Amino acid sequence: MAKVTSLHVNGADASVDAEGERTLLSVLREDLNLTGPKYGCGEGQCGACTVLLDGAPIRSCQLPVGSVGQRKVLTIESLEQNGQLHPLQEAFLKHDAFQCGYCTGGMIMSALGLLQKRKSPSEPEILRFMNDNLCRCGVYQRIVAAIRDAAKTMAGGEK
Amino acid sequence: MMDNDEVELESERYELFEPPRCRFAVDRRQFFKTLGGGLVVLCLAGPALAQESGQGRRRSGRGGEVPADINAWLHIGEDGVVTVFTGKAEVGQNIRTSLTQAVAEELSAPIAAIRLIMADTQLTPFDIGTFGSMTTPQMALRLRKTAAAAREALLDLAAAHFKTDRASLRLADGKIFGSGSAEPVSFGQLTKGQKLVKSVAGDGAAIPAADWKIAGTSVPKINGRDFVTGKHQYASDIHLPGMLHGRVVRPSAFQAALESLDTSVAEKMPGVTVLHDGNFIGVAAPDALTAEHAANAIRAKWTAGPQPSSSELFDYLRKNARQEGERGGGRGEGEDSGSIEEGLKAASHKLQATYTIAYIAHVPLEPRAAVAQWQEDKLTVWTGSQRPFGVRSELAQAFGLAEENIHVIVPDTGAGYGGKHTGEAAVEAARLARAAGRPVKLVWTRQEEFTWAYLRPAGLIDVSSGFTDEGAITAWEFHNYNSGASGIRCPYQVANQKCQAHGSRSPLRQGSYRALAATANHFARESHIDEMAAALKMDPLDFRLKNLRDPRLREVLQAAADAFGWRAAKSEAGRGAGLAVGVEKNSYLATCVEVLADKESGVIKVLRAVSAFDCGAVVNPNHLKSQVEGALMMGLGGALFEAIEFENGKLTNPRLSDYRVPRFADLPKIQVVLLDRKDIPSAGAGETPIIGIAPAVANAIFAATHLRLRSMPLAPEGLPNG
Repeated sequence: MAKVTSLHVNGADASVDAEGERTLLSVLREDLNLTGPKYGCGEGQCGACTVLLDGAPIRSCQLPVGSVGQRKVLTIESLEQNGQLHPLQEAFLKHDAFQCGYCTGGMIMSALGLLQKRKSPSEPEILRFMNDNLCRCGVYQRIVAAIRDAAKTMAGGEK
Repeated sequence: MMDNDEVELESERYELFEPPRCRFAVDRRQFFKTLGGGLVVLCLAGPALAQESGQGRRRSGRGGEVPADINAWLHIGEDGVVTVFTGKAEVGQNIRTSLTQAVAEELSAPIAAIRLIMADTQLTPFDIGTFGSMTTPQMALRLRKTAAAAREALLDLAAAHFKTDRASLRLADGKIFGSGSAEPVSFGQLTKGQKLVKSVAGDGAAIPAADWKIAGTSVPKINGRDFVTGKHQYASDIHLPGMLHGRVVRPSAFQAALESLDTSVAEKMPGVTVLHDGNFIGVAAPDALTAEHAANAIRAKWTAGPQPSSSELFDYLRKNARQEGERGGGRGEGEDSGSIEEGLKAASHKLQATYTIAYIAHVPLEPRAAVAQWQEDKLTVWTGSQRPFGVRSELAQAFGLAEENIHVIVPDTGAGYGGKHTGEAAVEAARLARAAGRPVKLVWTRQEEFTWAYLRPAGLIDVSSGFTDEGAITAWEFHNYNSGASGIRCPYQVANQKCQAHGSRSPLRQGSYRALAATANHFARESHIDEMAAALKMDPLDFRLKNLRDPRLREVLQAAADAFGWRAAKSEAGRGAGLAVGVEKNSYLATCVEVLADKESGVIKVLRAVSAFDCGAVVNPNHLKSQVEGALMMGLGGALFEAIEFENGKLTNPRLSDYRVPRFADLPKIQVVLLDRKDIPSAGAGETPIIGIAPAVANAIFAATHLRLRSMPLAPEGLPNG
């Protein structure tokens, strides 16, 4: 696979020099110092590495960076704008929807993918959509509550 | 109250060796050099020896040496910042928050004015490790005492400042107010220009919770913002200039010996360092993929003898069990009393049953990871761990270094659940870094974490009981093989009882896991209690209440049953309710569940779960609820479907695609009832809430189907047919 020299990450072009067969996750973490996406399993089972690719949540540990092209990559680092947290981030804080926090970035990115597709998802829809993201600390109930809360805030146009 | 060095380790903490007797000694001038002037309060492990600075326990002629046996310390700087130093580690249980609350309470200071330095072997005093639910009953108390001593010292300074007596002073919001209209004075103003050292004993009675203002409230996670923004740097996120990425070539099976090795291809790869040292083979490379390629290019041949497989596990454990009188055999943990023979004679009903528990893995979402850096003969390692000082000791042993030349730093870690007590990744990263002459990061793959970490012990439990028509238990005999003694004591009123834990030979590496063997022992006991109730056609709640005397156990049981609506809940074919109760590490739990269980289709789903929990005075209600919810959810995996499978020295399911852990789809409606006992000192709460879910689910499945499942996991492939 050819070398990758540029990526579109978090709203800007980033220069990289990476073998195309490397995963997007490793290039984000090792080359661009974006360590919000995490390694959890390397087989797309846990969702800790979730980023948005053109708005859709993907497992960056599974995606060769050579196949990204100029599609837009969004990582958890992009959500806070000028010191202002995204409603999802606020809701995760409000509901204490994490313990160790290792899954949190991936959870929020998956949830963002969902809310961009469905403005006010039902609880079963949330459970289904989020099912590929693991929280080993087991605070799923809080995460569901946080997503519902954020959906309300976002639909209400508060932000 | 136990000091660090007097902790009695449970027999099933197989991974722990004797803790190092490393004493912390630091020159007191060093404090102020590092931290700047101000006030320092040391928390002593020994008896009270309160003293003023510059006097008392100087133990050498060098002057300025502070007492050696220190548990924690606190510094209030000339800028008013309160910095607290403790060797405990944050692994998601939110002790950074609860310990901060304890300090804030005593100092009447805002949460934001307090900073905790945790789990850093150069900055924090020795700590045996963050396990055993010890942080809240021990470290929180020590920090309270330390902060209280600091408050007293500040009041002394304030009395001099206002030229008044202490009784007229008032503390609020991190300031001290004098009488009348004088401006309040801040901590920083008081400590300016000071170099005061005080010390205080960390043991003694707890401070009553009735007057708490900051403790006892739901303070949000201290650095929560760093987690939702992705800013928090776990050990696996640390990046150093010139850092390489490591990869280890693992043996083909457990107990394998290296027969032949060819590293020539890997060694020719640009930028790659290959290290072969005994059975250890590893590489370091400029990026993780190159490291993986280099490791794959190494040809290693291993030989291993035949080893047991999961299909024969329980026979193997029984065959290799140590019996009473042998070392490790028949450790009596309960109050053995009376005569089982007599008890059985007095019984009108007798039951015998065997329960089994599979090996399971912790699966912390952050696998073992470490970054190691050598500077001359000094080693610095960042790693995720529950035992920073244990890791330091492993490193010292591995490299023949003095412990003062090793610095272990543990950033808030991506979970542990008892699984991160050992320093494998730290030692491996340090070996590779030394060979490469550059810093090395090593992140274990998920498969490595499954295979080469340690597992929760598998276990086999024989229970034999006798009871009367009226439901009085006359005999109780309980033998656990291999999983351990935690939670083995029978809390029911039984005149004739014998409870023993027997060691065995484990085919796999095993060690601590959240709540240790209390999960296995509660599963067997609470299932068996239900079997007894069923034999008598008695309601399981009534049967338990009839035989339980402990008021705290009765209360949690009643609270859970009430919140669940036990009396109104009707089990019917396909839908059942079950409950379980237990006590461990001074905290009390009852769990009630409702399950959907269809024998035809095999479908099993926990619809609803209620846990009532009493761990004494509640420090942070919201975080405590989160622990109880999370433990229940995690325990659901071991209850229903988690099991490590193995064959001849290899795991056959060391991947998340093959090893199922609880997901959103498994989420029941969870309700947590906290019994806040302000009159009882707070116990730890990270472990006990996991012990009730498995037996409660097993009992609910029985209520719905009349299937009595006696093996954890209960339904790895759905309910068994028939």
